[in-house]
Amino acid sequence: MFGLVPALHNAGSLPALLAFSTEPLAHLRALDIAVIAIYFVMVIWIGFYLKGRSNTSEEFFMAGREMTAWIAGLSFVSANLGSLELMGWAGSAYQYGILATHWYWIGAIPAMIFLGLVMMPFYYVCKTHSVPGYLDLRFGGGARSVAAFSFAIEMILMSGVNMFAMAVVMKVVLGWDISFSIFVSSIAVAIYVGLGGLRSAIFNEVLQFVLIWGGALLVPILGLIQTGGVGGLKRQIMVNMQSMTGVHSDSYFHLWRDTGSFAANPMGVHWTGIVFGLGFVISFGYWTTDFLVVQRVLAAHNLRAARMAPIIASFFKMAVPFIVILPGLLGLVLLQNPDGSRRQLVGEDVVAACTASSSGQVADSAACSAAMSKTSLPAAYQQRVLSGAPDAELHSYNQALPLMMVRYLGPGLLGLGITALIAGFMSGMAGNVSAFSTVWTYDIYKPLINKKGSDSHYVLVGRLSILIGVAVSIGAAYLVMHAHGIMDYVQALFSIFVAPLLATILFGMFWKRATKWAGFLALLLGIVFSASLFMWVKLVPSALASVALSPDAKPMAENVFRALWAFVFAAIVLVVVSLLTKPRPVAELDGLVYGATVLPKEEPVPFYRNEYAWALLVVVLFAALNMIFW
Amino acid sequence: MHGSGIPIWFFIGVLLLIYGGMALGYGLYEWQTGSYPPLVELTKLHTPVWWGGVLALLGLFYVVKFRPGRAGK
Repeated sequence: MFGLVPALHNAGSLPALLAFSTEPLAHLRALDIAVIAIYFVMVIWIGFYLKGRSNTSEEFFMAGREMTAWIAGLSFVSANLGSLELMGWAGSAYQYGILATHWYWIGAIPAMIFLGLVMMPFYYVCKTHSVPGYLDLRFGGGARSVAAFSFAIEMILMSGVNMFAMAVVMKVVLGWDISFSIFVSSIAVAIYVGLGGLRSAIFNEVLQFVLIWGGALLVPILGLIQTGGVGGLKRQIMVNMQSMTGVHSDSYFHLWRDTGSFAANPMGVHWTGIVFGLGFVISFGYWTTDFLVVQRVLAAHNLRAARMAPIIASFFKMAVPFIVILPGLLGLVLLQNPDGSRRQLVGEDVVAACTASSSGQVADSAACSAAMSKTSLPAAYQQRVLSGAPDAELHSYNQALPLMMVRYLGPGLLGLGITALIAGFMSGMAGNVSAFSTVWTYDIYKPLINKKGSDSHYVLVGRLSILIGVAVSIGAAYLVMHAHGIMDYVQALFSIFVAPLLATILFGMFWKRATKWAGFLALLLGIVFSASLFMWVKLVPSALASVALSPDAKPMAENVFRALWAFVFAAIVLVVVSLLTKPRPVAELDGLVYGATVLPKEEPVPFYRNEYAWALLVVVLFAALNMIFW
Repeated sequence: MHGSGIPIWFFIGVLLLIYGGMALGYGLYEWQTGSYPPLVELTKLHTPVWWGGVLALLGLFYVVKFRPGRAGK
C-alpha cells in the first residue's frame, strides 16, 4: 500500500524513468518467458475454478467467510507486499540504511496485534461487509458515505497507479511496451477477480506471497555469501560511506540510536514522528481501518481465526526486511558498473535530468550536471555520463532490487523473480478492485441507489463493478502516464484519508458517548484539514518545517507528522461535537462498542493454538529485534 | 481453505513443482555443459540446482498432502 511507503516519494517519480532511454536491465530467455506464461495460466485457471463457488453475495464479496487463519493471515500481509513496496523499500534501505525497517516493524507489528486482539471482535461480531459498513452501523449513513466514496475513489485510482507502475517497471527492467503490460495485466485481473470475487483475490495473494519468497529469497542469501556474512557487509558499507561522504558513520545500522534529532540520521526523521506518527497514526490507520486489508480478515471462518490471522501475519511481516531491506544494503557494496567500479544509484530526479536525446548525448547538460553535483558520483563518472559514454548508465534507487536479481539469477530463476514482481503488481490491482467492488455494491449502490435488489442482482452489480473498475483503472494509468504530477496526488489520497478515519473508528469503537454527528463531522473535517496540510506543503515547500516542527525535517517526515496532526484535529472535533450532541442509547451499541458488547465465549484451546500466547511471542520477538538493532 | 473444493495449497504445490522442476532441469543442463550465463555471479554454487530442488520438493509435498479428494482424510 502506497501510504506506508517512502516509495510515496520514490514511486511518485517513477514516470521519470520512462524519459531515460537506456537498455533494459534484463534480457529474458525462453525459459523465463515460460515461467511467466505459466503464472498467467495458473491465475486464470484459479479464476475459472472458483467461479462455481462465487454465486451468492456472501461468497463473491466475503469469500464465503470460510478462510482459515493461515490463509486470511497470509493474504492480509500479502496485500501490503506489492512490488512497488518491495522495490521502493529496497531503494530506501540503499539510501537510508536499516531505518527503513521501521516501516515493517514499529510501523506494522503493534497495530496488527491490536487489530487481532482488540478490534477484530467488533468488526467480526457486527458482521459488517466493510469498514464503511461498520461506520454505518455506528455513526449512520453520513459517515458511511464519506468513507465509502473516499475508499472507492482511492482504490480505483490506486489500482491505476499500480497498473502504470508495473508497466513502467516492466519497460525499464525488460523493455516491454507500456500498453502491452497494462492490457495483459488488466485482462488477467478482470478475468480472475470478476469470476472468483474476493476468494480469487485472496488465493492469488497467497500465491504471490509464496512466489515473492521463492523468487527473492536467493538475493540476500547469495549476497551475504559474497560479502562474507553480516560482519563483512557492515565493514564494506562503512568503508563505502567514508569514501562517499567522508564521514565514518555506522548510522546505517541503527534503528533508534540516531533519531534523537532530525539532522543525526540519514532519513531526517525524529523518534517522536516514528513512534507517534508512524507507529501509531499511520500504522494503526492502515492496518486497522484500511478496508483492503481488513476485508481479508473479515473473510475468516470464525472469530478465533479472524483474531489469529493478523497475529500470524505479524510473524511474516517481521521477516520481510530480510528480502527487502537486506538486498538494498547489499546493493550498496555489491553493485558494479560495467567497468568493475562500484555502481552508485541516484534519485529519479537525477535520472530524469540526464535524459539522453536521440543521438545518445544528454539532452540538457546543464540540468544533468547540476543534478549530479548533488550526488556523490565520482567526477570522472559524471563526465562520462555527460559525454554520453555507452557504459556510463545512471540507475535509480528503485532499481536496487531488480539489479540485484539480475546479478544473481540466471535463466528460470530470473523468470521466477520477475514473475514475483508481476504477481505483486497484479495482486495489488486485484486487491484494490475487489475492495472497490464490495464498497461500491454494499456501501454506495445498495443504500443509495437500489435498496431492494435480490442477492443475485448484487452479485451481478459486483461483477460489473469489477469490469468498470478495471476499465477506470486503465484510464487512470494512462492519465498518470500523460500527466505525471497526478501520481503524487493519487498516492497522497491514502495518507490524507487514514488519520481522520482512524480517529473516527477508534472513538466509535471505544467511547460510548461518541455521537452520529461527531463521527460524520470528524471524518469529513479531518479529511479537509489533512488535505489542506498536504496542499500547504505542496504549494509552499518551506511549510514542511512547520508541519514537522523542525527546519532539518526531510520530506519523509511530512507524512508522519501530517497524519499525527490530522488525527489530533479529528479527535478534537469528535470529542467536542459529541459533548454538544445527544448520544445513542447504550442498548443500540451492542456489537459495536467496547463496554456495550458481550463478546461470544470462545472454546478453550491448548496454549499453542491460543491467540494471546502467539501475540506474546510476537511482542517478545519485536522487542528483541528493536534492541538488537538499536 | 476451509470447506470443500481444491485447497489453495494444492495450486501452490503445482506451481512450485513446475517452477522447481524447470529450474532444476536447467541447472543440471548448465552444470553438465558448463555453459553458464554471462554476467551472473556465483554460478559455481549451482544455485538453480539446489534452489530448484528445494522448490520442487516443497511443491511435491503440497501436491501430495493437499491433492483434491484428500480433504478431511
